[in-house]
Amino acid sequence: MTADAGTYLYVVARDSGAPSPEGLAGVAGTPLRAIARSGLVAYVSTVPLAEFGEEPLQRSMEDLDWLDATARAHHRVVEAVAVAVPAVPVRLVTVYSGDEQVSGLLEDRHDDFCQALDRITGRQEWGVKVYADPAERVEPDAAQEGGGGASGPGAAYLRKRQAGLRSREEAWRRASARAERVHDRLASVAVAGRRHRAQDPQLSGRKEWMILNGAYLVDEERHAEFVRTVDELRGEGGELELTGPWAPYSFAALDEGGEP
Amino acid sequence: MTYPEPRGAMLAEEGRLPAERVALVDLLDRLLAGGVVVSGDLVLSIADIDLVRISIHALITSIRDDE
Repeated sequence: MTADAGTYLYVVARDSGAPSPEGLAGVAGTPLRAIARSGLVAYVSTVPLAEFGEEPLQRSMEDLDWLDATARAHHRVVEAVAVAVPAVPVRLVTVYSGDEQVSGLLEDRHDDFCQALDRITGRQEWGVKVYADPAERVEPDAAQEGGGGASGPGAAYLRKRQAGLRSREEAWRRASARAERVHDRLASVAVAGRRHRAQDPQLSGRKEWMILNGAYLVDEERHAEFVRTVDELRGEGGELELTGPWAPYSFAALDEGGEP
Repeated sequence: MTYPEPRGAMLAEEGRLPAERVALVDLLDRLLAGGVVVSGDLVLSIADIDLVRISIHALITSIRDDE
């Protein structure tokens, strides 16, 4: 492989009955290929390092259109494979110096990939986000507000402000406790659960607090039960948003891969 | 960039959203904080999620300012 191109890795599956990458395009419109080794198959495409090298990438990651197109292209490949066979997605923008390195990876980490594949076989990832309205705050204690102490507009303002802060803290505490309960309950129906960082309101486009951004790996047979549980939790208040099924992105980790 | 027909039908049957309709922010949660992280002869991999996120925030802010 020449030094001006790299091998972009999308997803790894068992080398049996996986769909042919025929006609699918990967990132930057590059044609998808399959590399098979040791009973595993890796889906890859050759990418120009002028775009996927370290330096250009630092600039590209600042470009939302580029990121959008690249993330969706990556996702499209993962979906096409994962919808047909158990598949372990790889993190966005994982670029090897060549095909031999990918073959080497399949060989060296064969057992780890098989373990990861076993873990997600017959299971799907579901996302559940919970929102709480910060405006729905706990009313400040009336007695406290009317209480003695210094009078005058300054002191009243400070008291009111403190009460406001207290009620906001209290609302946050309640929301956090609820998030904890919702997560535990969903995780109990799932094989595994994981909390992603709450999305920034600028990215989610929502003003409410996102108190939970959870991912759950659910057995296919328990899917109906999981959805029912989401509905029940929804009935207890707060807004729950269910997304999926996802390829098992949040649960794709090789045992010593350094994932949380 | 569309799915080949049979695959699209399969996705629809499973209730999966086509890649174009998935919320980018949900996708980035998974693509930047999930997925297998492999080391070795890598030219590059996105490991530093925080840096990436900060960049996106800055970018979005700048987009808003332009409007």
